[in-house]
Amino acid sequence: MKIYQTLVAAFSVAAVLSFAAGSAVAEPKDPDLTDPRVKRYIVGEKYSGYVVNEPETRDIQDDDFQNPAFLWVEQAQSLWSKADGKAGKSCESCHGNPEVSMKGSSASYPKIHKKKKTLLTVEHQINICREEYMKTKPWKWESDQMLGMSALVRMQSRDMPVNVNVGGEAKPYFEKGREFYFQRRGQLDLACTHCHVDNHGNKVRSEKLSQGMPTGFPTYRMKWQKLGSLHRRFRGCNKNIRAQPYKQGTPEYTALELYLMWRANGLPVESPSVRK
Amino acid sequence: MISGLFAALAAVAVVAAGSTASLAASKSKPPQKLVNYLVINEDSIPEYLSGRPGDPKQGRKLVISRKKGNCLACHKMPIPEKADHGGTGTDLTGVADRMTESQLRLRLVDPKRIIPDTMMPAFYKIQGLNRVLPKFKGKAILTAQEIEDIIAYIVTLKE
Ligand code: HEC
Ligand code: HEC
Repeated sequence: MKIYQTLVAAFSVAAVLSFAAGSAVAEPKDPDLTDPRVKRYIVGEKYSGYVVNEPETRDIQDDDFQNPAFLWVEQAQSLWSKADGKAGKSCESCHGNPEVSMKGSSASYPKIHKKKKTLLTVEHQINICREEYMKTKPWKWESDQMLGMSALVRMQSRDMPVNVNVGGEAKPYFEKGREFYFQRRGQLDLACTHCHVDNHGNKVRSEKLSQGMPTGFPTYRMKWQKLGSLHRRFRGCNKNIRAQPYKQGTPEYTALELYLMWRANGLPVESPSVRK
Repeated sequence: MISGLFAALAAVAVVAAGSTASLAASKSKPPQKLVNYLVINEDSIPEYLSGRPGDPKQGRKLVISRKKGNCLACHKMPIPEKADHGGTGTDLTGVADRMTESQLRLRLVDPKRIIPDTMMPAFYKIQGLNRVLPKFKGKAILTAQEIEDIIAYIVTLKE
């Protein structure tokens, strides 16, 4: 853990437009998209936050033994086969081996739940399983159990292209998410698009903006010193511009997640990623 | 700048930035009362917002401060002791060669009057904002005097 502590100390800063301390070297406007190391995270015009990561951060993500997110994943692996709740069932009772049953699944989330007719994320679905099939309590969105389990599930789609459906019943949610993305908010009066569409590749203070892609979540962030959900990142980006955030799992953030996943269609899932 | 009385009248708008009515009515924190200012030709604010000139030394501190101007988040400026200059805005080195003090003032107070889709925040505005955190609601990012301090500093940015 020592190395992470040092990195965290070096990186963590909290302020308005919270930007971490970095190098004084002038950098090119765009990240180096020709670096062979980052190629698999670039598809056409799209690229993930991995590309703007420092090489040391990439090293940690690329090695599952170094990636601290795997502490949570390991915990989830044991929870997977542990019966919990009045029905006496575990995830395994219904889904068997996650490497088989969950393969590719999360690449099409969020999606419309067939019976509930509403848009759900992986986290929502996990809690539906817990409440309805296991007859036990839902996990809190940002709990270690939920973060670990959603990482375990999403990991089974690693390197597979995001492929969400935004037509049919998903359409109104998609429209809502898009509206959110372009809506200015907060005392600084900025929208997601100002930073992640108009200015990716540019720096805000010392932080290089990426396209704000959702493909690496849950992510281990040095600044957080733990795994965190995509909706936690939304809250951070809202608060940095002094805007009132929403709670994790709300319809607003779920629709926003769909819009982001649509932007990411074709990029590979890279959960659990590592970011500074 | 202003040619003829008629042109001047047509081009001048007085902006009532604070809202006295809601101040009396609201029970919770009243919105900050902003000073009224004059916008000429939709391009400049000729008068000091605070009625007096600012302090350039103070202004230099404010453009660095993350909690205040935080101009460095987006702009490069001739402030060599800070490494972390952002690059989403224009390089402000030499900006005073390109613009007058009055023009710079409107660009700080309410840049959206000039470029509606700009990324730059309005530093002296409380209306028309959406979902502001309660802590910052009804408050402009900077005070009138802080605006003047920053103006006093950026008019020195000549090449
Ligand atoms: C003032 C600039 C700014 C605004 C506005 C902003 N963000 Fe961000 N965002 C950042 C910075 C800086 C980072 C960290 C570096 C990066 O990956 O871009 C970030 C990171 C992210 C990430 C993580 C990307 C990754 O690979 O880990 C996501 C997702 C994201 N933002 C989504 C959003 C959404 C959605 C909105 C609007 C609700 C938004 N952002 C608004 C500055 C901003
Ligand atoms: C979140 C980003 C952001 C912040 C913070 C910001 N600006 Fe800007 N500013 C911009 C952008 C972007 C432009 C270019 C105009 C455009 O294209 O929208 C700009 C333009 C300007 C201009 C006009 C320059 C020219 O040559 O046309 C001035 C002057 C200026 N900014 C001063 C400031 C000062 C002083 C501060 C701090 C009090 C500040 N800005 C904070 C983004 C920002």
